[in-house]
Amino acid sequence: MRESIRDAEHLFRLVLLFAAGLLLFLLVRALLVPVGFGELGHFRSGAIDDNRGRPLRYAGRAACAECHDDAASELAAGRHARIGCESCHGPLAAHAADPDAAAAMLPEATPLCVRCHEANLARPAGHPQVEPREHADGSACADCHRPHLPAV
Amino acid sequence: MTVDRRRFLADATKYLLLTGAAAEAWPFVAEGRPAAAPGYDMARHWWAMFIDIEACIGCGLCVDACKRENDVPPEAHFSRTWVERYYIAPRDVAHPEAEDRPVVDSPDGGRHGFPEIHRAGAGAKSFFVPKLCNHCAHSPCVQVCPVGATFESPDGVVLVDKDWCLGCRYCVQACPYGCRYIDPRTNTVDKCTLCYHRITRGLTTACCEVCPTEARRLGDLKNPDDPIHELLRAHKVQVLKPNMATGAKVYYAGLDASVR
Ligand code: HEC
Ligand code: HEC
Ligand code: HEC
Ligand code: HEC
Repeated sequence: MRESIRDAEHLFRLVLLFAAGLLLFLLVRALLVPVGFGELGHFRSGAIDDNRGRPLRYAGRAACAECHDDAASELAAGRHARIGCESCHGPLAAHAADPDAAAAMLPEATPLCVRCHEANLARPAGHPQVEPREHADGSACADCHRPHLPAV
Repeated sequence: MTVDRRRFLADATKYLLLTGAAAEAWPFVAEGRPAAAPGYDMARHWWAMFIDIEACIGCGLCVDACKRENDVPPEAHFSRTWVERYYIAPRDVAHPEAEDRPVVDSPDGGRHGFPEIHRAGAGAKSFFVPKLCNHCAHSPCVQVCPVGATFESPDGVVLVDKDWCLGCRYCVQACPYGCRYIDPRTNTVDKCTLCYHRITRGLTTACCEVCPTEARRLGDLKNPDDPIHELLRAHKVQVLKPNMATGAKVYYAGLDASVR
């Protein structure tokens, strides 16, 4: 009888040793694995919010139309209708949020027009293209075309 | 009271057990669930992109807008998206294999457009191919990350955890599309997020916003009213490197066989 109890004590110590090892593992794991890891998958779930947290630079055309409905309807009437305002005007989220704090500069037309309309073999054949030197002969594109409503 | 060995072991075990359990549980208490972020339910979206090669005019505004929106370093080899120009010389019946060897260029990633270099020879073929992360459903890059710092989000976007990335570059090598780079400022990996900060607020990506011909369009495959469903039916579409079974979600219409 006494003998078996002595054996049980050995076993008990062994179990304790294993438990201590397990605890050490859990402790190290808790310290090394970041908060939220494994919640949604094999990654830190907070990283999703980190990626969402960036500020906007481009407000999107819908925002511009709220205040510039005249320009928006002018644009919508011609073949530039599918072009976003900020394609030509550049990123203006700060201006759209507060037009007094961040003024919008008027872009120079000619380099913009040439970027999209200079003849290029790789461009789809249906896209309107010109050889700027022959076509405009040195004058600014906006002398004859209105940027928002380009048809002459 | 004397503390014998047995008692010491018992007490130590008890305290260890409690701290361990508490430490395990605390993160889940402290962390708010991002899935509950206001107005956006990740489970109800599955993002993809549609690219129409026949519509791309190579203006490069998408590349420029991406750099500005996402604060990407200016050099061309740090690009989340870029545009390639393919040129296949006029047919030469003595060398039919030339059909398979396009001349590809991408000056500054296409950011400032493409100066005409191939003087139109009759019979030549040339076109633009916009490229970006394919947001694969079975991404090789995610599989190789040793620390779980890059992942497929529940709404189908491959994202990077910049706080947790080691900068080991495994994923840069694993991506078959060359869509990743090491950000020299942080020495961690960076890539297209599909403008996650925009699409989760109801806006389109910066590249799609500025595209003048709708050659690139963002689509939500879980939204039954999204025009992308119609586009995917109306066109014959292909993904890049379908043989690699990456589950790529950038669908190209009008893709040429020469495109790698
Ligand atoms: C909250 C209203 C508001 C929004 C939104 C807004 N703007 Fe403006 N914008 C103004 C005001 C006010 C002015 C200055 C008054 C003026 O000259 O018409 C201005 C001026 C401008 C100008 C210069 C006009 C000139 O003649 O100098 C441009 C260009 C412009 N905005 C473009 C945009 C674009 C592009 C967007 C979308 C990203 C936008 N705005 C969004 C209110 C707004
Ligand atoms: C194709 C390029 C292009 C697009 C697209 C475009 N703009 Fe413009 N916009 C210009 C240029 C170039 C000027 C400068 C014209 C000038 O110098 O006379 C201008 C001028 C303006 C002005 C100054 C007043 C005026 O009407 O001339 C406003 C305001 C304006 N744009 C707003 C907008 C808004 C809002 C949109 C989107 C709905 C838009 N623009 C889309 C190129 C563009
Ligand atoms: C961001 C690219 C872009 C810019 C910048 C741009 N355009 Fe266009 N433009 C287009 C596209 C695309 C079309 C054809 C749209 C279509 O297919 O319906 C077009 C069409 C035209 C047309 C044909 C209009 C018609 O009714 O036949 C003219 C003319 C034109 N643009 C002139 C200009 C001028 C001038 C400028 C500079 C102020 C300019 N474009 C700036 C993309 C651009
Ligand atoms: C002297 C006036 C004038 C100037 C300057 C001018 N254009 Fe034009 N443009 C025209 C006229 C007129 C047409 C319509 C008749 C035609 O197709 O030639 C036209 C047509 C176009 C077309 C449509 C071509 C097509 O195939 O449908 C484009 C694109 C165009 N211009 C772009 C530009 C660009 C870019 C610039 C600046 C580099 C520019 N234009 C400067 C007068 C001008």
